[in-house]
Amino acid sequence: MSEIDEGLRAELQRQGVWVTSMQELYNWGRKNSIWPLQFGLACCAIEMIATAASRYDIARFGGEVFRPSPRQADLMIVAGTVTKKMAPQIVRLYNQMPDPKYVISMGACAISGGPFKQGYNVLKGIDRYIPVDVYIPGCPPRPEALLHAFMELQRKIDSQKLTGATKAEHLTAAQPSEFPVPAFGEHDLEPPANPNVFQPPKVEREG
Amino acid sequence: MTPDPYVFIIIFIGVALVFPLIPLALAWLWRRVFQPPKPGAEKNATYECGVESIGEAQIQFRSQYYLYAIIFLIFDVEAIFLVPFAVAFTGLPVGAFIAILVFLLLLIEGLVWAWGKGCLSWAAR
Ligand code: SF4
Repeated sequence: MSEIDEGLRAELQRQGVWVTSMQELYNWGRKNSIWPLQFGLACCAIEMIATAASRYDIARFGGEVFRPSPRQADLMIVAGTVTKKMAPQIVRLYNQMPDPKYVISMGACAISGGPFKQGYNVLKGIDRYIPVDVYIPGCPPRPEALLHAFMELQRKIDSQKLTGATKAEHLTAAQPSEFPVPAFGEHDLEPPANPNVFQPPKVEREG
Repeated sequence: MTPDPYVFIIIFIGVALVFPLIPLALAWLWRRVFQPPKPGAEKNATYECGVESIGEAQIQFRSQYYLYAIIFLIFDVEAIFLVPFAVAFTGLPVGAFIAILVFLLLLIEGLVWAWGKGCLSWAAR
């Protein structure tokens, strides 16, 4: 799995010989067939549908196979407002996806609660419970933004290593594949956030 | 000399066995070399749209559904016969008219019988 010398590869290609490594082949296959989980939560889902339909056509990037079962999905697009009623289901669906799995947090709501941040029933960001790979700002983000996020994810997948100290997290035995599902508490979800996943930014004020 | 015709079936069975076994073996190898398996209680749980599943999947339906389905089916078929009857109604001879009336009467009689038997009431029996 050692790196291929780029000059040698270009020279070989000129002679009609293509060489590749297993890692490149593996990542090339994965990044061009990302199957998203088919579920939408609120208004952002409409944009996600538009992205999948003919005008924006996510099929150009290999992501049109929306799967109705988490067992067959690689990517979870959290498209919309996550209510506290819904959060346990989302975490459970994420848990049921096989590795390697990725999450796109689409729109202000999925990132932070968005316009409903003050609402008693709205989760302030899905990254409190599951690790998110790409965030898309916007309310709602345009389909182009979702495509951009998709391409960012492809870039990330392409750079993931198969071996070595810097290999992809899902290949290490230490990285969990499941995250605890929050329960309904008296006033809030319990726990309100998973400390292993979510570290809120520290506000530092002078004086 | 032509080969025995059954040779092809044996070749076919061989290919049919090897073809799915190769991806399975590759997946097994991949798991051993690169991807440590991470099963878990949540991950292996029954999928029910993210909701925790309650109870068993192997439950028995009551046979009353079957009775309703049968009676519905009979009258469904009857409706199909009634359409050409209605279309050709003005040009029908008397014999054909009586024949279709007998057909209807037979079905209605069956309905009355089923009604009398209590098949149409949803009683727990
Ligand atoms: S971010 Fe805006 S468009 Fe998206 S779900 Fe929230 S309110 Fe709707």
